Amino acid sequence: MDTLWPSIEPLLDGVAKPARYIGGEQGATVPLHGAGQVAWLLIYPDTYEIGLPNQGLQILYELLNERPDALAERSYAPWLDMESAMRGAGVPLFSVENHLAARAFDVLAFNLSAELIYTNVLNLIDLAGVAVRGAERTAADPLVLAGGHCTFNPEPLADFVDAFVLGDGEEVVGEINQVVGAWLADEPGLRRRADLLEGLAAVDGVYVPSLYRVDFDGPAVTEVVPLSPKAPPVVVKRTISDLAEWPYPKRQLVPLTEVVHDRLNVEVFRGCTRGCRFCQAGMITRPVRERPATQVRSMIRAGLERTGYDEVALTSLSTADFSSIEDTVRAVVGGDCGDQQVSVSLPSLRVDAFTVATATQIAHARRTGLTFAPEGGTWRMRRIINKLITEEDLYSAVDAAFSNGWRRVKLYFLIGLPTELDEDVLGIAELGRRCVEIGRGHVRGPTVVASVGGFVPKPQTPFQWFGQDTAAELRRKVNLLKDACRSVRGLSLRWHDPEASVVEGLASRGDRRMGAVIERVWRAGGTFQEWSECFDLSLWEDALAAEGLSLESVAYRDRDQSEVLPWDHLSAGLHKDFLWSDWQDALASVAVEDCRWTPCYDCGACTDAGLEHVVASGTAPAGGSQGTGQDLSVGDRVPVRFVSTAGAR
Amino acid sequence: MADRLRVRFAKVGKIRFTSHRDVARMWERALRRSGLPVARSQGFNPRPLVAFGLALPTGCESLAEYLDVTLAPTQDASPAGQPWGDTYPDLGSLGAALSEFLPDGVDVVAAAALGGGASSLQQEVSSCSWELEVHGVTASELIERVERLLDAPSVSVQRERKGRQFDDDLRPSVRSLALCEPPQGMDPSGRSSSWLRAETATRPRGVRPRELVEVLGTDVVLARARRTQQWIERDGDRWEPLSVDDFGRAVIASHAMERAS
Repeated sequence: MDTLWPSIEPLLDGVAKPARYIGGEQGATVPLHGAGQVAWLLIYPDTYEIGLPNQGLQILYELLNERPDALAERSYAPWLDMESAMRGAGVPLFSVENHLAARAFDVLAFNLSAELIYTNVLNLIDLAGVAVRGAERTAADPLVLAGGHCTFNPEPLADFVDAFVLGDGEEVVGEINQVVGAWLADEPGLRRRADLLEGLAAVDGVYVPSLYRVDFDGPAVTEVVPLSPKAPPVVVKRTISDLAEWPYPKRQLVPLTEVVHDRLNVEVFRGCTRGCRFCQAGMITRPVRERPATQVRSMIRAGLERTGYDEVALTSLSTADFSSIEDTVRAVVGGDCGDQQVSVSLPSLRVDAFTVATATQIAHARRTGLTFAPEGGTWRMRRIINKLITEEDLYSAVDAAFSNGWRRVKLYFLIGLPTELDEDVLGIAELGRRCVEIGRGHVRGPTVVASVGGFVPKPQTPFQWFGQDTAAELRRKVNLLKDACRSVRGLSLRWHDPEASVVEGLASRGDRRMGAVIERVWRAGGTFQEWSECFDLSLWEDALAAEGLSLESVAYRDRDQSEVLPWDHLSAGLHKDFLWSDWQDALASVAVEDCRWTPCYDCGACTDAGLEHVVASGTAPAGGSQGTGQDLSVGDRVPVRFVSTAGAR
Repeated sequence: MADRLRVRFAKVGKIRFTSHRDVARMWERALRRSGLPVARSQGFNPRPLVAFGLALPTGCESLAEYLDVTLAPTQDASPAGQPWGDTYPDLGSLGAALSEFLPDGVDVVAAAALGGGASSLQQEVSSCSWELEVHGVTASELIERVERLLDAPSVSVQRERKGRQFDDDLRPSVRSLALCEPPQGMDPSGRSSSWLRAETATRPRGVRPRELVEVLGTDVVLARARRTQQWIERDGDRWEPLSVDDFGRAVIASHAMERAS
């Protein structure tokens, strides 16, 4: 098939940021298409600058291009101006390497990192010239796949995506490639799409939604029934046991134009067992698997030399928990990973003074702001969500930050958490006020930014049964906070749109019937819904009404223990009874420790999969914050001790 | 010993859709990979001391982009007595090496040591030459419109600066404009293309190729624009900030002029 570049080029003079569409990144592979190769188009359904840095997509891109029986190119969602120019000129979705039409590929594989991009997925399938509904595709159409965190409840996209992949993609991508390759080797006239789908369903970790029937009663699912002997009753996620075997990306893409996270990114571990109950990523990526420190250093050294970046991010959930964090930081700052001045960024800091000391060591430049995520405004709230940061932890971290020259501290919070009282919400303002006061002791005009998001309950977490706060209730709580923060000089409040949070809730916990809603919103022009300038609640309300559904029935409703959840046939390895007992513990304010350093509480992630945590150190990191080493004795339903020592008011 | 380098580079092909800022960042990464001892600014957030000339509008190609790099003093005397001498024996090998570290389409044409007294590219350059491929009207129609433009005492264009609308006169910045033969290396992109050669002044304000074509009529479509030269003018004479002589050697013309005078 021929390149579309001559048709694309004239469109680029009239659109914003045309470099989004030209490819040419250092590290990109421009593959030759030939027989015997499965051609993959890896698609990130958001703009180029958001999608390009995605490490999952880059890992699969390299792995596929290393295989003799596969090749991969990439595509991103064109921005509104470009999409309209493309549709006007009859240019379909294209790859950025060879600028080939999406239909020239055998597989369209989407990365699903956020729920609000679902309408973009439909739009891109359509822009590719493929029927949006899987049932209407033929053997001549590309296969539509999706992976990423959202696939732990993929039901809202079940009508549009042929197969979902759960968990780590490194191993399974090759197995899928073999199934697709074998199917393509048949005579075109003999291929049946149903055979391909059944073949995929037989691959561990692959979920083919059309091979299951879902029964409903009122707002709830009553039963999910496999329709084929190839379709397992429960699809369990894939987990790679040793990150050391996968030192990818080896050739991180260096874009020609500015993107988010524009730096070298090295993943230091995968998984997290801090046990924060609101955090889907922490639940679905267990167990913890650290990369050996020597490999981390060699990846940093090679990556800096190859790319010319002067910044490296050590990525993972709660990066400060990496056993070798101090040695690694010292090595980079001390010049062991190259002779140029390099700064290190830790995308997620733990809240304690020790972590600030590490941050101080690395931030010789750009000492502008430091971010912590206490998440809850009171110790009561933080115990319920199992984010076990005491006020001393936070205040000593903030004190360390301001005394080391930082002038701005940003604090992340959630509102709309289970059992939340107004005093918990107002606790956010109180914490912020105290932090400003601490800052005044060290610097002139300290700023504290409290950033507040509306909590969205996620599948495969202990909070999956919880009825989300309504948009009106979230708005009321934001207003409470606005009033409380107004009088505090140096404290500013930022908040996410409560309406976007409830729509995220729809897509997050909806069942298959949500698909028709998503399709209506897309057909009404509702793309890029995670962009505030495009988000439109009325599109969603109209679509819900037209489908006989409501925010109440999907987002705001509490579920009970007996209800079949739309994702019960999909497993992140966590036992449902573990999640339920953790939910009951939350309601009883019972905290759990991090099982990396304390005995197992049998969540299922390791034991059922024959896995173990891979950590270089069996003891909790110095600093001892966030639960480790604290007295968290069960039965202490009223945590008076903690409250009384908290503020020393 | 030279502590500054002037580099001339081209920007052609798909990469012309990157911005001036994007190119600056490409250079920062390339210079770090090259191992060249680039001096850094003082202060909390030290930046490499690199100065670019006139910004090239996104979407335009160029055969004549420049940057000046300030080098850190060398610790010990290198073979050539130059900051780059340890790694790169001469400026030719440095230029070739830098091209290797830059993306496809950005290529170093020449590099030369710059005297301490040379003033900045921004200050020195006073005009640019362009080759423009246009279509939408016939060649004879285009000739008429070019003549009309050149005969006009003033040509008004609307521009936005800092959120406010300004009415600028474009005419004084158009030094020359004429139809020309298809330039070498520029294959026609459209059915019935014509080529224009233009020279535009950088002061008081520069002219974007697109603006120039727009004043020729809304039916004239700019298919491609390529900057071919930047000019330094003094005392009725002009020269390029850095050119390549018949022997393929980089020449800082201002030096040659000074020596000649």
